[in-house]
Amino acid sequence: MSRRGDWVYENNGGTCVAIAGADYCVVAADTRLSVGYNILTRDHSKICELADKCVLASSGFQGDIKALHKNLAARELLYQHQHNKRMSCPAMAQLLSNTLYYKRFFPYYAFNVLGGLDSEGKGCVFTYDAVGSYERTGYSTQGTGSSLIMPVLDNQLKSPSPLLLPAKDAVTPLSESEAVDLVKDVFASATERDIYTGDKLEIVVINKAGMKREYIDLRKD
Amino acid sequence: MFRNQYDTDVTTWSPAGRLFQVEYAMEAVKQGSACVGLRSRTHAVLAAANKAASELSSHQRKVFRVADHAGVALAGLTADGRVLSRFLRSECINHAFVYDAPLPVSRLALRLADKAQVCTQRSWKRPYGVGLLVAGLDESGAHLYYNCPSGNYFEYQAFAIGSRSQAAKTFLERRFEGYNDYTPDQLIKDALSAIKETLQGEKLTSSNCTVAIVGRKDDGTVEPFEMIDAKRIQEIIDSMEATEEAPASAAEAESSSMQEDKGTDAGTGTDAAPMDI
Repeated sequence: MSRRGDWVYENNGGTCVAIAGADYCVVAADTRLSVGYNILTRDHSKICELADKCVLASSGFQGDIKALHKNLAARELLYQHQHNKRMSCPAMAQLLSNTLYYKRFFPYYAFNVLGGLDSEGKGCVFTYDAVGSYERTGYSTQGTGSSLIMPVLDNQLKSPSPLLLPAKDAVTPLSESEAVDLVKDVFASATERDIYTGDKLEIVVINKAGMKREYIDLRKD
Repeated sequence: MFRNQYDTDVTTWSPAGRLFQVEYAMEAVKQGSACVGLRSRTHAVLAAANKAASELSSHQRKVFRVADHAGVALAGLTADGRVLSRFLRSECINHAFVYDAPLPVSRLALRLADKAQVCTQRSWKRPYGVGLLVAGLDESGAHLYYNCPSGNYFEYQAFAIGSRSQAAKTFLERRFEGYNDYTPDQLIKDALSAIKETLQGEKLTSSNCTVAIVGRKDDGTVEPFEMIDAKRIQEIIDSMEATEEAPASAAEAESSSMQEDKGTDAGTGTDAAPMDI
């Protein structure tokens, strides 16, 4: 694709994961920035705190991702001025979808996972494609390592079919620390086989008390 | 004011070289309820006297946060002020988006002044009928500007606008020279005192004034622009009245009770939700 003279995108790689719990949400992404077979930096955050209970992790083309994050942060500030409160995660989810579709014919090369707490304090995860199609789920992953990670999350977290009664919650019954351990494990696995994933893992946990951030080392090769 | 044949259009000069429509707009500012602003080297405080249209209604919101580092207090046509606040907010957001830095307060005042000037030079527009006290913090410290409908703006150490503001100005003139070194609490007290001057004998309580502060503490941390909540204002008013009664003096100098409604921010102040917006 980059053989075309007019190809304006590039894929900087990386993987993002989010898992929703009953009263928490875990959003994680690796910190490696690559182009082709080279590493540009081992220390680049793909995570953006949009509101006090809402965090966006994006992988793809970092130029578009930076612009998208700035755009959403500015819109959130405007919302704060107009409504005297911060944006809720579901509201931001819709805004992100609209922002992406607005550029339907010259898309943001960004694969997004939005995580946070909804207005009731329950964990929520929203997963997107590049042009804004989105869905609220209990867990998701996007990026170069997503095909390695998603089956594992399905194995561990997939809820029974919504057709079964009684209706079950999509969010995982796992505790916060169990979910964080799962995230560390899946990233360790993805790092083994995906060349674009590695270096460091940034984990953000959102719960009633606020937001907590931690960094875990991953394989650097 | 006098009516004459040169005051119909904002684009008509009088033979004496005056634009009467602009001057009439400045009169509108004098009709609004009072606002005061004052600043030290590191902090700026805005205070406004709340006026409600009737006992049944909530009071008009006169103090607006424009950005984390700046806010405005207005007097005059509050609808015009609301629209201008929205403009200032979007200017700050756009500047931060492009330059990743807060818009310096002097540039903010300049943008506002340029916008006001446009309305003094178009026959299909009228001047904004609102005066704004713009207070903010930037790299060069705390600032206070007054923007008037004519498109002029000036920087002040302390200023008061609106009805009965002369009483507040007289109070501030006596004391402003020490303001650069005032602590935030002292600034807040003086702002409340100044508002009290404009109330002409009416009792100052946390429900008839609003106070906001922005500044940088000694250790460098920034206190973003924020309304002070009603409870704290009432405490400050009470403490001011206590010190005033203690010397058993009827002097009004020390009774600066500051009241600030959280009405603007969280809408959970002692008053009902603000009418506008």
